Amino acid sequence: MNFLTNIISGLSLGSVYAIIALGYTMVYGISKMLNFAHGDVIMIGGYMSFVMSMYLGMNGWLALLVAIVICTLLGITIERLAYRPLRGTGSLAVLITAIGVSYFLQNIALLIWGANPKMFTSLFKGMKPIHAAGGQLTITPESLFTILANIVIMILLTLFVSKTKAGKAMRAVSEDNGAAQLMGINVNQSISLTFAIGSGLAAVAGVLMLSAYPVLMPTTGAMPGIKAFTAAVFGGIGSIPGAMIGGLILGIIEIFSRAYISTELSDAIVFACLIIVLLVKPTGLLGKKVSEKV
Amino acid sequence: MADRILKNISSRGLKNAVKGNEYRKEATISYGILIGGYILLQLLTAAGLIGHNLQGQFVPICVYISLAVSLNLVVGISGELSLGHAGFMAVGAFSGILMSRILGHAMSFEPLIIIVSMLFGAAMAAVAGFIIGIPILGLRGDYLAIVTLAFGEIIRNFMNVLYFGLDDGKLRFAFNHTIDGIDNNERIITGAIGATGTKTMATFTWGLLLCLFTVFVVLNMKNSKQGRAIMSIRDNRIAAESIGLDVRKYKLTAFVVSAALAGMAGCLFGLNYSTLVPVKFNFNTSVLILVFVVLGGVGNIWGGIIAAALLTVLPETFRQFADYRMLTYAVVLILVMIGTYNPIIKSRIQNTWSKISPFKKRKAEKGKAGRKKSRKEAE
Repeated sequence: MNFLTNIISGLSLGSVYAIIALGYTMVYGISKMLNFAHGDVIMIGGYMSFVMSMYLGMNGWLALLVAIVICTLLGITIERLAYRPLRGTGSLAVLITAIGVSYFLQNIALLIWGANPKMFTSLFKGMKPIHAAGGQLTITPESLFTILANIVIMILLTLFVSKTKAGKAMRAVSEDNGAAQLMGINVNQSISLTFAIGSGLAAVAGVLMLSAYPVLMPTTGAMPGIKAFTAAVFGGIGSIPGAMIGGLILGIIEIFSRAYISTELSDAIVFACLIIVLLVKPTGLLGKKVSEKV
Repeated sequence: MADRILKNISSRGLKNAVKGNEYRKEATISYGILIGGYILLQLLTAAGLIGHNLQGQFVPICVYISLAVSLNLVVGISGELSLGHAGFMAVGAFSGILMSRILGHAMSFEPLIIIVSMLFGAAMAAVAGFIIGIPILGLRGDYLAIVTLAFGEIIRNFMNVLYFGLDDGKLRFAFNHTIDGIDNNERIITGAIGATGTKTMATFTWGLLLCLFTVFVVLNMKNSKQGRAIMSIRDNRIAAESIGLDVRKYKLTAFVVSAALAGMAGCLFGLNYSTLVPVKFNFNTSVLILVFVVLGGVGNIWGGIIAAALLTVLPETFRQFADYRMLTYAVVLILVMIGTYNPIIKSRIQNTWSKISPFKKRKAEKGKAGRKKSRKEAE
């Protein structure tokens, strides 16, 4: 592994984190809750795609589409059944419920698919890696497509949030829930939509991640979920560009500390960087500082 | 005077001031549950009614009780969300094991070894708590949660590459097993394999003592001037600051004490197993302790004790339904949270309950009247 290749794989891993972090950051922005079950939605997305392509013989891309639809529905259902009854009751209750949902999803997966890891077939099987810069740089199709997907998702999402009516409604709700409601915005619908988008993106991230790291287990989503959450906080939770920047930086830090410092300590280094960033800037890189009125 | 203002800022503090015996009640119930449970379990064991598996759970139950009580100091009394309690437990466990092994060469009097190891574990965890407490002071709410989470993960990662060994009574340590002197000598901590060859000294009685000590510290802290200051910061930070309370100092105190107690519990946990892997102290363990605290009632000491004991025993008891056990646990967790926190469902449950049980209703009315009366008296 050389420097350029490391940068590419860092960007690729970072893109996965960024896409997952979007789900965290949007949900946090609109309903001020830490959705710890988000990581497990990734895992469900992975399994769905796996089942569709393995047992039903679907094309990888079609399987991805089905996984996106199922995860979107799953996200809406989770919000409706578990989080909506607890809206406005403080972060602790919602956090524990989210943890309950996370346990639930993991154990459902354990019951259905068992604890044995499944080998995920890459979405880009058959494509050849690109060699550039006189053999100095190798870009795998997984990396390439993950980075591209991240860019496309970011552009689409930014356009959606700033241009469309539904996107503006979402921003209004995250700015001031009560005022938005008075202006005739359907708050429930906006929050459902946020969960739907976040969970759909989680499925995309899951398939992209599993294409590069193909081990699929019921606990597959847990660690990337925590890391992506870290990325969201790193960039300033609630901010969409923050999630992207946080994800990319985190991915690069992780790959570089794996390559040059220590494989075992890479996670520790990632988390230490988070603590340092929060020490310097308590609301993350792009977070807004909210002053408290007496 | 300042103490009175503190009581007024903190809503729960006011209740304490009005109902002077609140503390005694909480203390009596807490100590009662611990000692009663201990005697009951000892009697049942003597009568041969408790299986071997459950007996093996006695020390972990005590450890989890003590962890839940100590976490309550941060979550309930200080009002901050901590997701890294297992990290302090890990620090206490591994430093305590290390100390016990070193002392084991010098003496054979077990109670002293345990006490010194536990104190050492507590001290190391307190140092860790102090280090992590400093960045925490500038942060609020969910950011604090993520820093504690990050810290827990760092500790666990760090334990994975830590090697400790004894070489002719001299302590050696390394971050890489290839460094000489580690491979050839007595190993204590071997990276991801964890601590091996620990002499298991922990007994149920030590567990009880640990629980009693933890409850003693937390209850006394809660009912001291410091505790009231911490609670007033929780209830209204700005008001507390405006009467001259040093927010940073009090928050840090609560955090460090909680970390030290967790370290102590972790040490006993470490001394209960001959091998202990660092993976044991992952995010899930932190979450588990938090679940104990929340299900027992945030800020409620004896509620946490019961929740920790039950939730440690029940999953073990239902091991034969292994597949559905955790699934049920998850569903129950979600339902309990919705049932206790959703205002509509909560009042519906209370209504149904009061219809079924007239006794409860009368007691509640009586309690309300009594409180009004005593408040008038206080005025």
